[in-house]
Amino acid sequence: MADDAESVVGNEVVEQVAHLARIQIDSDSVSNYASEMSGVLELAAQMDQVDTSLVEPMAHPVRAVQRLREDVVTETDRREAFQDIAPSVENGYYLVPPVIE
Amino acid sequence: MQWETVIGLEIHAQLATQSKIFSASSTQYGAEPNTQANAVDLGMPGVLPVLNQEAVRMAVKFALATNAEIGKRNVFSRKNYFYPDLPKGYQISQMSLPIVGAGVVPIELEDGVVKNVGLTRAHLEEDAGKSVHEEFHDATGVDLNRAGTPLLEIVSEPDMRSAKEAVAYAKKIHSIVRYIEICDGNMQEGSFRCDANVSIRPAGDDKLGTRSEIKNVNSFRFLERAINFEVERQIDILEAGGEVVQETRLYDADKDETRSMRSKEEANDYRYFPDPDLLPVQVEDELIESIRSTLPELSDARRARFISELELSEYDAGVMTSDRYTADYFEAVLQKSGASAKLACTWISGELFSRLNKEGIELNASPVDADRFSQLVARLHDNTISGKIAKEVLDKMWSGDATADQVIEQEGLKQISDSSEIEKMVDDVIAANPDQVAEFRSGKEKLLAFFVGQVMKASRGKANPGELNKLLQEKLKS
Repeated sequence: MADDAESVVGNEVVEQVAHLARIQIDSDSVSNYASEMSGVLELAAQMDQVDTSLVEPMAHPVRAVQRLREDVVTETDRREAFQDIAPSVENGYYLVPPVIE
Repeated sequence: MQWETVIGLEIHAQLATQSKIFSASSTQYGAEPNTQANAVDLGMPGVLPVLNQEAVRMAVKFALATNAEIGKRNVFSRKNYFYPDLPKGYQISQMSLPIVGAGVVPIELEDGVVKNVGLTRAHLEEDAGKSVHEEFHDATGVDLNRAGTPLLEIVSEPDMRSAKEAVAYAKKIHSIVRYIEICDGNMQEGSFRCDANVSIRPAGDDKLGTRSEIKNVNSFRFLERAINFEVERQIDILEAGGEVVQETRLYDADKDETRSMRSKEEANDYRYFPDPDLLPVQVEDELIESIRSTLPELSDARRARFISELELSEYDAGVMTSDRYTADYFEAVLQKSGASAKLACTWISGELFSRLNKEGIELNASPVDADRFSQLVARLHDNTISGKIAKEVLDKMWSGDATADQVIEQEGLKQISDSSEIEKMVDDVIAANPDQVAEFRSGKEKLLAFFVGQVMKASRGKANPGELNKLLQEKLKS
């Protein structure tokens, strides 16, 4: 993170991140986001100065352990109910605008 | 210039669980579209994934089978990208803390040399759904039955140096996952898919060249062809002074070529982060030990034992351990028949396999199971029947439920070993063929086969060949 934080986030980065996340943002607010994101990274850079050599890296914020499920099929076919609320279906398929590979 | 090929493989093995990795929907292949896709699989708001314990056990089993490290604390992350067959907009996968760490997979090359291929890691993830492009007018159809099916993505080091080595490694992983019964290995149904990372560099160079990734190859033959095509393509580019572009390519089996998959060109930034819906998974030592105790003797170990203890040839031992079912069948026949390993192996790999091949059935669906087959081998072993008769008996067993003993009894096929009975037939044949006898005695010893044939015919194939030969030699030479 340290390297990124030193370079302030520019408008292109904001636009690229917005595109990857499919979020539409006003062109007026791009520079605003850029400075806010830079602020977050600067804070991270500040924290980098703390000696953490004796701290175990945090892989997950919650200190608990996942409970597991038995491998049993308990779900039934509810296709009809789900497809009732879908915008477009045909022959059991959900239809979406054409995606060409 | 001499080029060196560098290949690493990512293999997606579909885990053979009953239900999905994060939901209780069925993973059964071939159902009507979307009949096995529940709210979790559809990515409905407010649902929570709950991890399937069997998927965890299977991943640990794989780690034990490949002597790989086990991620005792492993974490699920979200891999973000947009595609219609991924309804949540992210795939739940593992990134920095996978369930399986580094391991080693020995592969045997054509010249018999064993090469160790490094396993980088293997992680659990969910499969996406399927998009159908051809069947609909101006639309893509999405079937989410496969969405959420558990996958183990097995990543190798870039240790392979030819398409042949890559295929040998892929086959080895295929054999391991089937042997430990965590994946059915069905490549047509997509249960076992390979992505190949291919690059070339001047021979002797340490630095890796720019690689391309060939996606979703679903047969070993295509894997070899796709890699060979890709290597040639990259050599052509570099020798013409160009540069290889890092990209994802698809193999087209009809045209035998790879081509660029442009749609994914900017999808490389997946923005992984830990999935807040799932807690870290703790794999306890107790669980590891309980799985270790269920691990079968693996193919390599079994093969070595067949060679050292049963004195099978390397080739025969390889055939008898090609998959777990074959090895189990062979050992069951060996044990119940009391015959030698060589005899059991010859009859399984010969008569049994050729009948199965001819009818296109797998050993586990054989009309003659190990129990019945062992009796046939036992009767060969104790000389009740000859090899020729055994084939006839097997034919009868194939089309019905009768045991070998019942067929032998009903058809009167028991071998004649009583020397007085054979002696009489030998005498008759000698008396009926005076010319041939004279020729034989004047030195034409090849005629022995003629006499053997005649006596066999007279006995309807039932004369004990050893006894018959002995008697014939005695009588003809006297």
